Amino acid sequence: MVRTRGSLVTLGLAFVTAIITIVPLGYLLIQSFSKGTQPVIDELFQSRTLTLITRSLVLTVAVTIASVVIGTFAAWVIAMTNLWGRVGLTIAFSLPLAIPSYLAAFAWVSWLPNTAGFTGAFIVLSLVSYPYVMLPVMAAMSRLDPVHEDVARAMGRSPIAILWEIVLPQLRRPIASGGLLVALYALSDFGAVAAMRHEVFTWVIFGAYRAGFNPTRAATLSLILIAAALALTYFESHIRGRHDVSRAGVSARLRRTQLSPLAMSATVVGIAAVLLPAIGVPVISVVSWMQRETSRATDWASVWQASGQSFLNGIVTALVTLLLAFPVAWAAVRINSRIARIPEFTTYLTHSLPGIVVAISVVYVGIRAARPLYQEFPMLIFGQVIIFVPVMVTSLRAALEKTPPALEDVSRSLGVTNAATLLRVTLPIALPGLLAGTALTMLAAVKELPVTLLLRPTGMNTLSTRIWDYSTVSDYAAMGPYAVAILLLAAVPTALLGTLSVVKEHAQ
Amino acid sequence: MNTTDVALELRSITHTFGSTRVLDDVNLTVAHGSITALLGPSGVGKTTVLRIVAGFERPTQGAVLIGGRVVADADTWIPPHERGISIVPQEGALFPHLCVGENVAFGLKKRRSTTARTRVNEMLDLVGLPDSYDKRPSELSGGMQQRVALARALATNPAVVLLDEPFSALDAGLRESLREQVVDILRTAGATALWVTHDQDEALSTADTVAVLLGHKIAQVADPVSVYRLPDTTEVADFVGEAVSFNGAVLDGGATVQCVFGTLELLRPHAMGATTVVIRPEQFEITTTNDPLARSVGEVLNTRYFGHDGTVEVRVADGTIATVRLHARLLPEVGSTVGVVVNGKVLAF
Repeated sequence: MVRTRGSLVTLGLAFVTAIITIVPLGYLLIQSFSKGTQPVIDELFQSRTLTLITRSLVLTVAVTIASVVIGTFAAWVIAMTNLWGRVGLTIAFSLPLAIPSYLAAFAWVSWLPNTAGFTGAFIVLSLVSYPYVMLPVMAAMSRLDPVHEDVARAMGRSPIAILWEIVLPQLRRPIASGGLLVALYALSDFGAVAAMRHEVFTWVIFGAYRAGFNPTRAATLSLILIAAALALTYFESHIRGRHDVSRAGVSARLRRTQLSPLAMSATVVGIAAVLLPAIGVPVISVVSWMQRETSRATDWASVWQASGQSFLNGIVTALVTLLLAFPVAWAAVRINSRIARIPEFTTYLTHSLPGIVVAISVVYVGIRAARPLYQEFPMLIFGQVIIFVPVMVTSLRAALEKTPPALEDVSRSLGVTNAATLLRVTLPIALPGLLAGTALTMLAAVKELPVTLLLRPTGMNTLSTRIWDYSTVSDYAAMGPYAVAILLLAAVPTALLGTLSVVKEHAQ
Repeated sequence: MNTTDVALELRSITHTFGSTRVLDDVNLTVAHGSITALLGPSGVGKTTVLRIVAGFERPTQGAVLIGGRVVADADTWIPPHERGISIVPQEGALFPHLCVGENVAFGLKKRRSTTARTRVNEMLDLVGLPDSYDKRPSELSGGMQQRVALARALATNPAVVLLDEPFSALDAGLRESLREQVVDILRTAGATALWVTHDQDEALSTADTVAVLLGHKIAQVADPVSVYRLPDTTEVADFVGEAVSFNGAVLDGGATVQCVFGTLELLRPHAMGATTVVIRPEQFEITTTNDPLARSVGEVLNTRYFGHDGTVEVRVADGTIATVRLHARLLPEVGSTVGVVVNGKVLAF
C-alpha cells in the first residue's frame, strides 16, 4: 500500500475519534481511583455488591437463554419453513427490537403490576432482545448449502439427525454472536430494569449517582459492569469456534421444510406465543393509556415539542456520529496496516459500555474538565455519539467493503485522484449503506433514555424523558400520547428500515 | 530496440513484502504498439509487476519508465493518476453505480461533453457493443463486461494497457473467442499492452513477446516461437508446454547427443559431455517394435484420452518415461510393447 497524504490525514482523524470515545472511560477510571485503591476495594467487597453481581448475572443468563431459543425458532420459521407471508413475518418478528425497553416494561407493569422485579425484567428483556439472535441466524440459514443435507440424507441420516448434526453446528457462530449481543444488552439495559424496579447494576449505579453523587461508588460499580461486558466478549470469541464454514462453488437456494398440518398448527401457536406478548402487550397497553386520557385534555403542544426536540437530537447525533465514524471505518477497510485497526478496536471497547456508565463518565468530564458545557446541548450529543459510534463504524465498514479495491485501482489508473475517486466511486457505491446506518442511528438516538436523562439541558424534554418523567409518578394516562409518538416516529420506522435491509440482502 | 520505440521499461526491479522477496532484479522492455505477455505460475509476482507499473505499489528497488519518463525510482514517484496507463483487472471491475457509457467515459476529461460522447461511442463500436451506452453492467454477460472494461481502458489513449488475467473468471469456450477479439481490438487501436497470464496457450497465441517469470525472476524474454522451441532453461521448457527430460552425452563437437533414443541432432550446439536432453511430447511417434525408424522400444504404462488427441506414457530401456502426444485413434493398449520414433532436432541443457 502506497502511503499518501490523504491516508495519513484519515488515520489522524480516526485516532481523534478513538480518543474522543475513550476519554470518558479513562476519566471514570481516574475518578474511581482518585482517593486511592482502598475505597474501591471496600466498595467491591460489600456483601451488597455480591448480591448485585449474582442478580445481574442470573438475569443476563436467563435472558440470553430465552432469547437464543426464541430467536432461533423465529429464524427457523422465516428462513427454513414453507410458511406463507415471510416478509410480513420478518417485519413482525423484528418489530420488538425497535420497541424501547422502558416502554415495553411500563406496558407490562401497568397491566400486571405483579410482574415488577425479576419476572418482568426477564420477560421484557427477552422479548425485546431475541431479534439480535434471530437476524444473524436467519442470515446464516439462508446461506446454508442444501448439498450438505443431501449428502447426509444419502448416508441415511434422519431429518432430526440432520438438524442436529449438520444444520445447528453451522449456526454456532451466529447464535454465539447474537447471544453475545443479547447478553451485553441485558447487562447494560437501564430502562426495563428501572421500570421493573429490579435492583441490578445499572439501576443501582443510577441510584448511587442520584443519591448524593458519590463518584467512587458509581465508578466502582461501573468498573464491574465493564469487566463483565469484556469477559462476555472474550467468552463469545471462544465458544463461536475458529473455523469458518467453507464452501466451494456457487450457492444453491435453500430448500424449505414442508410442514405437516399438525406441525403447521404447532408452529402457528408458537408464533402467536412470541408475538402476542412481544407486540400485543405494548400496543394494547399504550392504546388503553390513550383511552384513560379522555378524562383530561392532552397537551398536544408539548407532545409536538418533545417530538421535535427528539428528532433534532437524533439528527444532530446521527450526523456527528457519521462524521466521526467515517475515518475509523475508512482506515480499517482501506489502510493496510496494523495501526489502522487501533481506532476501530478502541471504538469496539466502548461498544460494550452500558449507556448509564457512558452518561455518568461524561457527567464527570463535564463537571471537572468542561464546566461551561455541562448540561448543555453539545454535552448531550457528545454522550450519545460515544454510544452510537461503534454501531456506525460497523455499518460503514460493511458499506465501504462493497467497493472492491480493484474499482479504486481502475479509477486511479484512469487519471482520477484519490480524493476524486472517493467522491466518484467509493461514496456513491457505499451511499445506500451509509444512509441506512445514519437513519438507524437517528432513530436509535430518539429512543435512547439513560444518556438523555442525565445529560439533557435543564428544561429540555424529549419523548423518552417525558415518558420517563410521567412513569416516575405512574401517570400512564399522561404518558400515552408520548408513547404513541415514540412508537410511530421511531420504533416502527426502525423495524421497517432494519427489516428491509435484511430482506434486500436475502434477495441478492 | 530504438529508445523512442520503448513504451515501458522496468530496470532492475526488486520488491519485497516484509521479509519476503517477490521480485528479484526484473528487467523488461515493452515496445510501442506491441503485446507483451508476462507468463508465470501463480504466486510468482506477476500481479505485483503490474501493480508496480500502475503505481499501486512502490518498488523496493529499481526504476519504472513509461514513454522514456521515469515514474518510479529511488527519488521519483509519480502517482497512478498521472501515469497515463490503464488497467483491465480480473473480472472487469465495472463501476456498478454507472451505466456502460459512463463507465467508458470515466477517465475522459469533460466526460459529459459531446466529444466525450463521440469517443465513448467509438470505443463501444470498437469492442462490438454499439447501442449499449445506457445498459447497466449487471445486464451484460461476463464476456461483454470484459469488453466494456477494455473500452474504458482504451478510451483515454493510454501509453500502456495493463491486463491482469482478464479472462480467468470466464469459462473455457468463451475465454478463447474473447481472447481473439481482445487481441484484434488492441491491434486495431494500436495499443501497447502488458498482459499478465498463467495460461501458456493464452501467452503463446496472443503476444508478440513473451516474458517468462519463474522463481521471482525473468527467466526468458523472446517471441512465442523461440520461447517454445528454444527455451533458455529446462525450467522454461517445463513451464511453457510439456517436456520430457532425461540424461544424455553431447558428442560430435557439440552437434549431436547420445541417449536412450540413440544419437539425435541438437537444435543448437552444446558443450561436450553429460547433459540433460529435452524433447517435446509431439516430437515422439509410436510405431511397431520392428519398425526400422524406431529409436527405442518400451512398455505402454498408461494412456490418456482427450478427444482430439491423447498422450501415452512409455517406459523405455533405461527406465526413462517418454510422454508421447498423438492422434486419439492411434492410442495403443496399456501393457503392449511399442516402438518410439523421435522426429526433428532436440535440445540439450
